[in-house]
Amino acid sequence: MSTEVSNVEELAIKDYKYGFKTEIEMDTVPKGLSEDTIRAISGKKNEPEWMLEWRLKAFRHWLTMKNEPKWANIKYPNIDFQDIIYYAAPKQKPALSSLDEVDPELLKTFEKLGISLQEQKRLTGVAVDAVFDSVSVTTTFKKELSKLGIIFGSMSDAIKEHPELVKKYLGSVVPYTDNFYAALNSAVFSDGSFCYIPKGVRCPMELSTYFRINTSGTGQFERTLLIADEGGYVSYLEGCTAPMRDENQLHAAVVELIALDNATIKYSTVQNWYPGDSEGKGGIYNFVTKRGACRGVNSKITWTQVETGSAITWKYPSCILQGDNSIGEFYSVAVTNNRQQADTGTKMIHLGKNTRSTIVSKGISAGMGNNSYRGLVRVHKRADNARNFTQCDSLLLGDKCGAHTFPYIEVSNPTAKVEHEATTSKIGEDQLFYLRQRGISMEDAINMIVNGYCKDVFRELPMEFAVEAQKLLSISLEGSVG
Amino acid sequence: MLTIKDLFVKVEDKEILKGVNLQVNRGEVHAIMGPNGSGKSTLANVIAGKDGYEVTGGEVIYEGKDLLDMSPEERAREGVFLAFQYPVEIPGVSNASFLKTALNEIRKHKGLEELDALNFLKYMREKMKLIGVDEAMINRSINQGFSGGEKKRNEIFQLQILQPKLAVLDETDSGLDIDALKIVSAGVNLFRNKDNAVVVVTHYQRLLNYIVPDFVHVLVDGKIVKSGGKSLALELEEKGYEWITDNESAEVNA
Repeated sequence: MSTEVSNVEELAIKDYKYGFKTEIEMDTVPKGLSEDTIRAISGKKNEPEWMLEWRLKAFRHWLTMKNEPKWANIKYPNIDFQDIIYYAAPKQKPALSSLDEVDPELLKTFEKLGISLQEQKRLTGVAVDAVFDSVSVTTTFKKELSKLGIIFGSMSDAIKEHPELVKKYLGSVVPYTDNFYAALNSAVFSDGSFCYIPKGVRCPMELSTYFRINTSGTGQFERTLLIADEGGYVSYLEGCTAPMRDENQLHAAVVELIALDNATIKYSTVQNWYPGDSEGKGGIYNFVTKRGACRGVNSKITWTQVETGSAITWKYPSCILQGDNSIGEFYSVAVTNNRQQADTGTKMIHLGKNTRSTIVSKGISAGMGNNSYRGLVRVHKRADNARNFTQCDSLLLGDKCGAHTFPYIEVSNPTAKVEHEATTSKIGEDQLFYLRQRGISMEDAINMIVNGYCKDVFRELPMEFAVEAQKLLSISLEGSVG
Repeated sequence: MLTIKDLFVKVEDKEILKGVNLQVNRGEVHAIMGPNGSGKSTLANVIAGKDGYEVTGGEVIYEGKDLLDMSPEERAREGVFLAFQYPVEIPGVSNASFLKTALNEIRKHKGLEELDALNFLKYMREKMKLIGVDEAMINRSINQGFSGGEKKRNEIFQLQILQPKLAVLDETDSGLDIDALKIVSAGVNLFRNKDNAVVVVTHYQRLLNYIVPDFVHVLVDGKIVKSGGKSLALELEEKGYEWITDNESAEVNA
């Protein structure tokens, strides 16, 4: 088999399909981070005073934190936070009232990515908010949604148009004191998506945000806030890509979800940031804080993520189960190939009675990739009859990659029932041979086995994205077999 | 169709096959019998192209081509099929989608149009009826949670779907009760025709009551020591393998 390994490794990894960059005139603030930078960002966005104050508080707190967190199982050089451009926006007219006013280059960029912002051309059933570098470019189906009272658009607009909602919920799940990157994001976030589902409304289409980092040397610090009021329902999807660049780019987002009584939020991510080349040069540092609060009774939050990109992924979409009978779910596929590193997992914090959580994590390591699952299940002493089920599987392709599992379980209530199942396996020689003996090529056999392995997660994704995710997985693993 | 000449095979430095010769023509059924450890499964796996076997001498010619030079998937597309002794489980991959992919790979190779979902379903349903495979088995993951009998039946079902030229059945009878054995054998007999060939690898004569061979070969210690017709299998059943091995050593001593 050893000769085969090297042959397969010689097969070049397919080019990153989204690695083009867009030549477009940008409005940026100078590199570096200070109170002036933050004032400049806030000023460019015409923000109200209270928002600037909040940012400055976050920044002052960040200054006291000094060091990046180092507990994750990832290795990278220290980041020079003064060497980053914190704001970059396509130059444009102050206010866009229709798509016709969007720079055609930008529209072309999103077309290339397979995301048409022309509403009439787009597949029905998905509304898109497109974020290019630091700002939201356009949001489709805004009018249709507003008829139902649904607010969906950029964070910048929400700050101006719905300050009462933003003030009430921003930072209520992830306070700026939460962690180093959350503090940084709170200080410098440029844009992101905002969504509010009113009482009793079931959002009739998938909502989607598409993030694109373009400008060299920029960080993207988006901030997303989703609120489902009593009895509301929303399914939300985010996708991400970036051009291929030699240097590393920082992406430090914060996503906050709030589900009130009987509300349901499904949040799905297909993350495909540029992973760097096969030598580990370039790629996105993806340091993201995602957290949902099931505030109301019978509320439910489901995180589904397919993580195939980024040089480094540091991400733990979590649920705080405050409301009685609330449900938290986390379904994850994380792939590391070449020299990618991922330290990802979830936290399920059981506070309410009869709260339930499910964790299904599927790690796939190939090449020299390093994949860690890190998860916390905490059952508070008042959380009677809490239930958790965790399934944590690691699949290894080849013999130079790594898989690690760091599960933490803290139970303070004797009625809790917590189950943890974990497996680590190599892709089976016998399985590969079986499929090949039936005429299926090596690559297809691997894809088939890996897709089968991820099935429990893929079936949580909206239909059309599940297909996309499968394709993405095949591309990410191309030529990675051992 | 298949010519094996003086085949020597090593597994982890241990010589398993020590000069096997075998000629299989279209329309024929050959049975390879022999005691445990004689090299029967090795022979089957080498024909199918499994890793971990080092061919140190001899050749295998299939339809005029050097079989040993082909990858497992090429062999399969050229019509070589192995019914596994221990079919593996592949979680999350449905039997139906696996078979559709496999069949279409083979059709592509033959220059035939691929079957779309609807036509495949039609085709598959016919075969399901033939082998007595139900809908549930089709939608389940490959071999997952299947009983021993179901796994073997699934192999023969695949044989029927893929319609190879050369079918090698590796201990297909092991672990089957008499009813399952009858079903599986009936599936193989339905497959047989004048254009294809079957090589049945088995320890016991029992299977050969149902799949009647044209030729029986006895493999002992990596060599075919005796060949004959159907009656040889019965004789073996009666007298045991010692009969052959004793005879062999007697001949050698003589």
